[in-house]
Amino acid sequence: MTTSTGGPAPTPAPGHEPIRAVPLRHPWRNVIGAVLIIAIAAIVWDAAVNRQAYDWPAVGKYLFDRRISEAAFVTLQLTVYSMVGAIVLGIILAVMRLSPNPILKSIAWVYIWIFRGTPVYVQLVFWGLLSTIYPTLDIGLPFLPPIAQLPTDQALNTFWIAVIGLALNEAAYMSEIVRAGILSVDRGQEEAATALGMGWGLTMRRIIIPQAMRIIIPPTGNEVISMLKTTSLVTAVPFTLDLYTRSRDISAETFNPIPLLIVASLWYLFVTSILMVGQYFLERRFARGLDRVDLTKGARLPQGDAPSVDSIANARGESEERR
Amino acid sequence: MTATVPMVRADRLMKKYGSNVVLQDISLEVRTGEVMCVIGPSGSGKSTFLRCINHLEKIDGGRLEVEGELVGYREKGGVLHELHPREAARQRRDIGMVFQRFNLFPHMTALENVTEAPVRVKRQPKDAAVERARTLLARVGLGDKLDSYPGHLSGGQQQRVAIARALAMEPKLMLFDEPTSALDPELVGEVLDVMKGLAADGMTMIVVTHEMGFAREVADSLVFMDQGHILERGAPRDVLATPEHERTRAFLSKVL
Repeated sequence: MTTSTGGPAPTPAPGHEPIRAVPLRHPWRNVIGAVLIIAIAAIVWDAAVNRQAYDWPAVGKYLFDRRISEAAFVTLQLTVYSMVGAIVLGIILAVMRLSPNPILKSIAWVYIWIFRGTPVYVQLVFWGLLSTIYPTLDIGLPFLPPIAQLPTDQALNTFWIAVIGLALNEAAYMSEIVRAGILSVDRGQEEAATALGMGWGLTMRRIIIPQAMRIIIPPTGNEVISMLKTTSLVTAVPFTLDLYTRSRDISAETFNPIPLLIVASLWYLFVTSILMVGQYFLERRFARGLDRVDLTKGARLPQGDAPSVDSIANARGESEERR
Repeated sequence: MTATVPMVRADRLMKKYGSNVVLQDISLEVRTGEVMCVIGPSGSGKSTFLRCINHLEKIDGGRLEVEGELVGYREKGGVLHELHPREAARQRRDIGMVFQRFNLFPHMTALENVTEAPVRVKRQPKDAAVERARTLLARVGLGDKLDSYPGHLSGGQQQRVAIARALAMEPKLMLFDEPTSALDPELVGEVLDVMKGLAADGMTMIVVTHEMGFAREVADSLVFMDQGHILERGAPRDVLATPEHERTRAFLSKVL
């Protein structure tokens, strides 16, 4: 953290002169900064004036095109629904993998093995063929006539197939993130809860997971942003109303792909920025009570179990920034 | 339950990790209302013994009973059956435990730490649990810290919250695992004072500690453990003043 050097010096203790020193100069920073600004200005000028292929008027025309903004909203919906599904399923899988029950453990392991081990594009094609493989969805008991029967393509439109496909794939990654978060919580927490007579499930839900959230959120933010971009693969289902596929379809009509690529990129950036704001507030929420690791006031930790210097330094830094 | 049933009865208790025997031939009884201090060098098995009593550790031999009830097992026709985790959890409810490193829940305030188990495990109404938590926190001298998070409390304050948290389950037995070992010297007294108050109120307590002054003043009995064995047991004054074993003498000469 930097502090201003120009402000009035705090009143010195009697007999002590405040330090007056010439601040360290960084001349090369200014030079490199100036060169960078000139280079960027040259590229922008060149792009604006010389490069006709960018077709800036077309960018302006399509940036706020109804079809594009609607497609951006569909992409956001795909992202949010599939991430919510992935997070819920990921938590369940992570808890299963860490449970003492060998059957739950194996199920989680096999799930992660399959869904992490095959490309998401291939999985999306598979889900798109669901209605070919299973033409009807039956509700009922095996070997008995079904109670209810629905044609698969009526029960699930391509939007929900895309959501399911993305969510099931992402859940495998999320479960590993959640597992890392759970493992990062001090073992003493589980012991304390157990000693109070709390069962394993209650301990996970009330004690371990809320603390693991702090570790889980930053990589999950990564996954959300990654998901936003992975939605451009749903054309494999085939689902065509997402941002990328929509902009490709428009450029297929206009024979002018470059401006629409720029339009799509700008919208992806815009949505990513919104998601980043959301992450900031989530992180603040789960830092509750943990914003200050106070080891100076009498809590002496035994060797070997002490939190890393980094984590303490981070906690310090965060609390100082907020004050 | 008759008054003759001891609170804790260990009979030739044995515990090992792999082939490493950490508790051997531990036999003792703790009466209801008794305060027993356990001392000994680190690695002597004191903490492990404590953790066996509320079944945080499984025993490998002998018998261990709390108020006449086997810990972690049920006996049917002379055969031991492992308890379902739910039943083991039910046994632990009545046994409070205080840890060396407090182990408070850092994402909850002091008050929430104390009400969590009564509300979630005992299904007490929220209002009643909060009321009782206020009383308990006031009793340990933290009536003004209800809404503080553990990270904002000193070590001594955290340990006192931890004691209140254990007491909120209305335990019949309290286990203390080196409750002052992680504290700065000037904060030890405030925790010991709370424990003295508990002892005076008649709580049955087993305290693993290095505080010989506390043991001499408060304990009804003192146990010295070394390498998984109980070497000595008796009134604190006798054990501290005239130890029988050479090993005890050597240990005491270093810590007194």
